[in-house]
Amino acid sequence: MPQPLVGKIQYDRVKGTPVARPRRTALEQAYVVEVVKGLGVTMRHFFKNTKSMFRGERPDAVKDPLSEGITTLAYPEQKKVYPPRFRGVHRLTLRNDGSPRCVACLCCSTACPAQCIYIEAGEYPDGDNRRGYERYPVKFVIDELRCIFCGYCVEACPCDAIRMDTGRHAVPYDSREQFIYGKAMLMSLESADGKQLAENPRHEPPDPTHPGIDRLKGAH
Amino acid sequence: MSPVLVSILGSAIKIAIAVGFSLNLGGLLTWLERRQMAMMQDRIGPHRADIKLGGKKFTFAGLLHPAADAVKFFFKEDFVPPNADKLLHSLAPMLALFPPLVLMGVVPMFDTVCPESLRNNLWHEIPRFGTCAMASTAKQLGPISGQVVDINVGILYVFALAGMGIVGATIAGWSSDNKFSLLGGLRAASQLVSYEVAMGISIVGAMMVYGSLRLDEMARWQGENTWGIWVQPLGFILFLTAAIAETKRTPFDLPEGESEIVAGYLVEYSGFKFAMFYTGEYIEIVISSALVTALYLGGYNIPFLHRDGITLSLGDDILWHKGLPHLVVILLQLGTFLGKVTVLCWAQIFIRWTLPRFRYDQLMKLGWRMLLPACLVNVFLTGIALLAFDRSSPATHDTFQVIGDALNWVVLAGMVFFPLWLVWGMFTPSSFISRRNELRGRRSAAAAAAVATEEASAH
Ligand code: SF4
Ligand code: SF4
Repeated sequence: MPQPLVGKIQYDRVKGTPVARPRRTALEQAYVVEVVKGLGVTMRHFFKNTKSMFRGERPDAVKDPLSEGITTLAYPEQKKVYPPRFRGVHRLTLRNDGSPRCVACLCCSTACPAQCIYIEAGEYPDGDNRRGYERYPVKFVIDELRCIFCGYCVEACPCDAIRMDTGRHAVPYDSREQFIYGKAMLMSLESADGKQLAENPRHEPPDPTHPGIDRLKGAH
Repeated sequence: MSPVLVSILGSAIKIAIAVGFSLNLGGLLTWLERRQMAMMQDRIGPHRADIKLGGKKFTFAGLLHPAADAVKFFFKEDFVPPNADKLLHSLAPMLALFPPLVLMGVVPMFDTVCPESLRNNLWHEIPRFGTCAMASTAKQLGPISGQVVDINVGILYVFALAGMGIVGATIAGWSSDNKFSLLGGLRAASQLVSYEVAMGISIVGAMMVYGSLRLDEMARWQGENTWGIWVQPLGFILFLTAAIAETKRTPFDLPEGESEIVAGYLVEYSGFKFAMFYTGEYIEIVISSALVTALYLGGYNIPFLHRDGITLSLGDDILWHKGLPHLVVILLQLGTFLGKVTVLCWAQIFIRWTLPRFRYDQLMKLGWRMLLPACLVNVFLTGIALLAFDRSSPATHDTFQVIGDALNWVVLAGMVFFPLWLVWGMFTPSSFISRRNELRGRRSAAAAAAVATEEASAH
């Protein structure tokens, strides 16, 4: 039966392991010896590092960033190797003929949580055999300042038309306008290994699964 | 040349060396400190400022950063808070920079020069004992002492002027019209006052041993006997601690504190006024190193290098003697002094970047409750030791002389072998050292195995 707590605090209900207080010996208390020990540590680092700088024997900061010694990255000249799935600045992939793969379906701009993609869809001009079959983006604008680099746009795209495999950071510019990437800019960017085409070649004309350029005049 | 001209020229050269050295080393220390702490913390440090010469970029290991900083300070806005006391606000940096600049004046940089003996022959040697003849006729050149100003109160002048540093900090704190500044100024003032006391008493022991207040006498005593650090080890540690506290640097950098009072009394300073405080702080490091050198590390002396040349000895036995020209001795001494000061500055930076800072109450406790009593104990012990020494037999005196010379040998060995060891360490490839360590490890493992088998067979 629980006892009433009034007027009596039951300390013994709280149980725990007692932690030993750190004890200091007289030598540690005197401080001087410990100071000398600390100086020993810093001096060891100093001499070792000075020597490695002096002899140019520094560990490779890019390949071996966790090794002993100075592993400072000289940033603009050296760059960290990013993991393969690093999400960099977007690019719009191209078809073999150099036109954008994007069909202006607005899936990406709908999926975008930051609402930073603006697309103006347009029909191909009269005579183009894609007219009436698929659209193309007249304007495709991404505000890289508002983008949170979540990658949802890439996930949403049904055509592999937008990718974030450039391996580039959002570059620091001086003005806001420069962060607003237009269609030409996005189409000019390359993937980290220099490709402008999509990773997924399906639905390109030489591919056997290609349904044809349009419904009426297609090869199938 | 007329004697007046020579003495003026001598003074001018001494002033140029003293001020030039402390100012330039102060500037270099900003670079040294940044590079050195980087090395201690496994970083590279500033090394990017470059200059283009003939289409090539030169960085000089980052040495251009202090120059770039100076240029930046020149062109920064000189901001004075609207309600600040304009006059005092401008006066404070000058008051802070002035004392460290003039303090070097009493520190002896070399032994007394006898220009009269050099008049006819630059390679003249002079005897070890006895000062040079005073100018007896108007034509003769008098001795030139190794200090800029040769005053009897010596070390008291140092304390009098070092105390003025407080005024600069306090006025800066008060005149800035900023509560953080005021707090920082107050902190600086109370810290400096507290440690001034300890600093003053910590060298009383040294003064008793050397029997003089004059820094040149102190240096000479150390040259004839042994370095002050051996006769006053406790005094050395106490003085060094107090001196670091006087320079207001970690672990005693309480007048500043980003999380508490921002930059303390420097909050409202920018541009060149800030640079003056900053330079003053670095010159203070040079000065405190110079004082420690002069008081405890033998001043300008190399063991066994006397006015007449090198005399290796142990007690009364002279092992080897080689006379050196007076001029060479003086230059060697000057080089030694400057080298010692530089090394000590380097060591002070080590201390700064190794130790965490104190809390303010710990600082006060350390000053008043530990350093001050320890200083008094030091004075007391020194007094007893001196009394006992004075009454002891001549044989004991001789023993102490031998001990002193033995310690000189230790110092000399250190001064020779440490640089050699450093150079060796810098130039031997790491692979060589790791291979040697590996061999050593294998040998000791083999020895351990042998011992183990022996023990096993014994049982
Ligand atoms: S990465 Fe995310 S935030 Fe950026 S554009 Fe794509 S969906 Fe929008
Ligand atoms: S990029 Fe992809 S998801 Fe976005 S509009 Fe173009 S086709 Fe649709």
